[in-house]
Amino acid sequence: MSIALPAAGAITGPRERAGYNEQIVRAFVAVTLFWGIVGFAAGVFVALQLAFPALNFDVEYLSFGRIRPLHTSAAIFAFGGNALIGTSFYVVQRTCRARLFGDPLLPWFVFWGYQFFIVMAALGYVLGYTQGKEYAEPEWYADLWLTIVWVAYLAVFLGTILKREEPHVYVANWFYLAFIVTVAMLHIVNNLSLPVSIVGAKSYSLTGGVQDAMVQWWYGHNAVGFFLTAGFLGIMYYFIPKQANRPIYSYRLSIVHFWALIFLYIWAGPHHLHYTALPDWAQTLGMVFSVMLWMPSWGGMVNGLMTLSGAWDKLRTDPALRFSVAAVGFYGMSTFEGPVMSIKQVNALSHYTDWTVGHVHSGTLGWVAFIVFGAIYYLVPVLWKRAAMHSVRAISWHFWIATLGIVLYITSMWVSGIMQGLMWRAYDALGFLEYSFIETVSAMHPFYVIRALGGVCFLVGALLMAWNVIMTVRAGVPAVQRGGAATATA
Amino acid sequence: MRFSHAIIERNVILLTVLTLITVSIGGLVQIVPLFTIENTIERVDGVRPYTPLELAGRNIYIREGCYVCHSQQVRALRDEVERYGHYSLAAESMYDHPFQWGSKRNGPDLARVGGKYSNEWHVAHLIDPRSLVPDSIMPGYPFLTRPLKYKDMSQHLAAMRGVGVPYSDDMIANAVADLESQANPDGDTAPLFKRYSNVATAPATGAAGTVTEMDAVVAYLQVLGTMVKFEKIDIKSLKQ
Repeated sequence: MSIALPAAGAITGPRERAGYNEQIVRAFVAVTLFWGIVGFAAGVFVALQLAFPALNFDVEYLSFGRIRPLHTSAAIFAFGGNALIGTSFYVVQRTCRARLFGDPLLPWFVFWGYQFFIVMAALGYVLGYTQGKEYAEPEWYADLWLTIVWVAYLAVFLGTILKREEPHVYVANWFYLAFIVTVAMLHIVNNLSLPVSIVGAKSYSLTGGVQDAMVQWWYGHNAVGFFLTAGFLGIMYYFIPKQANRPIYSYRLSIVHFWALIFLYIWAGPHHLHYTALPDWAQTLGMVFSVMLWMPSWGGMVNGLMTLSGAWDKLRTDPALRFSVAAVGFYGMSTFEGPVMSIKQVNALSHYTDWTVGHVHSGTLGWVAFIVFGAIYYLVPVLWKRAAMHSVRAISWHFWIATLGIVLYITSMWVSGIMQGLMWRAYDALGFLEYSFIETVSAMHPFYVIRALGGVCFLVGALLMAWNVIMTVRAGVPAVQRGGAATATA
Repeated sequence: MRFSHAIIERNVILLTVLTLITVSIGGLVQIVPLFTIENTIERVDGVRPYTPLELAGRNIYIREGCYVCHSQQVRALRDEVERYGHYSLAAESMYDHPFQWGSKRNGPDLARVGGKYSNEWHVAHLIDPRSLVPDSIMPGYPFLTRPLKYKDMSQHLAAMRGVGVPYSDDMIANAVADLESQANPDGDTAPLFKRYSNVATAPATGAAGTVTEMDAVVAYLQVLGTMVKFEKIDIKSLKQ
């Protein structure tokens, strides 16, 4: 059985080898794998710390409070971010039929500049330099550096589109563009701060209290909406049609999906602040828009899934496509769960509990990571000119191990989250609170162990993928002789 | 002329501008009024800027990522008010840069932990949580017993004033002295009490009276939720 490489001839035209910078995409694929494994391993470690607190070792550099931001940042910004930048460089060149703008200097600056940001941020967390704002922990010096890199990224992406040879800008690029522009806006506003000293790391955020809470969750939820959703929808809109060898199901739906999604998402932040000191009007706005967001999210899911019309049989033979399609399924599930949890009465139970953690991971593991895995399994043979991945069976194994991991993760978090929420509000017959806080912590233990097991499964799957990619690159027989551009056909 | 989306698809600058406008609206509507509507933050007595020692403790709280597991926000729900105390007011965190409301309770809410336990309890608990709470999953922080670095405290207060916290020139100039004074109640604490109301002092725990990181963290924890005296205010006056 060999992996289906759809339309290999169609995607490798004569201009490709001479015209496109694929070396940089290969570099991004490599760091995506590397940081993915770092992020998943850090996740397993912090999950085990919650089950077995002795693993904090009483050492400041290993304590949960410092490693947990390392996990979230490595997974979101290092793994996810490199996947987004890399695939966007691949997609924008092909859909515009143009080499990257500013090549080679500017794109490579983006690559190395972004890796430098990651290392700088990670070192900061471990050493205790943090802004104390979730998903925006890097201090002012790292934030400034990221801003410079991000502007360069926007220049490369926009510049490439400006010199395109195709009249239309393809839909995947709209999503990538919205991701780049909006993340720039969010990053700059949320990180406005005043350093104590120009030679010190510490700064104080410009906004404080309730305003800071609103700004932070406007940022935080749209890190989900634009970093973890819009960008990866760009991947969906390019790679699923490629893998299935079918055009996007509905052009009209993609227009509606795009504008509705980016308009509605930005309002959803206050659902992180229900029943807090944030004014009621803002909470209610956040809830109403979060519920409305369900519709464009599912519009996008339908557009992705229906693209498979007439090609569903490929799911049997192409496990890479299976990843992409399962990702869209998880996307649909978590974008339904999200609006439900944003309803105030549901949120009263779910907030502050593991239910939220499970919800986030059904999105990040199921949607984000799976769509990346699908894209990587598609990209590696194309980028390294191989006929197929080294082992198709290993892709299948990866799929099922990772899926099992996600199921263990989210089901254990549902149970522990809902249980803890109910225990917090339980009253005994005399009208007293029934449980002390520590009793609710003790009750979590078995579920924390199951969750860590789920994380281990997911990590093992990623290691299997890394092995498969390395074998493909090193041992595979080139499908194409490495020669001049003129001989480059698939 | 009939509108066609193709116009936007063929002009990437137009696409970028329209995208930026589309994603700006929600944020503008939700964020700007919080700065302009007067009753966003309640007017209550008692909320003051943190003393230098409390601020140093707060910075360690942030450094160690305590917000990852502890919220500082009692929601307006019956069980939370019974478990933790009066629901949190916006005014109570108005000098918090950044806010530390948190999003997850692996441990209990800390918005009103001030005064609930003794200083000694906090020190023992921070060094080895399981010595006091056997089922606790909190990391131990024995390393906090090292000396606190605080010689640049004036600069910290000045930066806080830069972002809008009303520290006076007097407070900024005497930041180091006030910090040491709070950790040395046997000395002359009158200037400290003049500058800050309702300050709890405690002797430094380091060798030879050295102020430790632990002292700062405990001072911060002990002030949390204690600034507003709820028994003295009319609840109706808090209505937004």
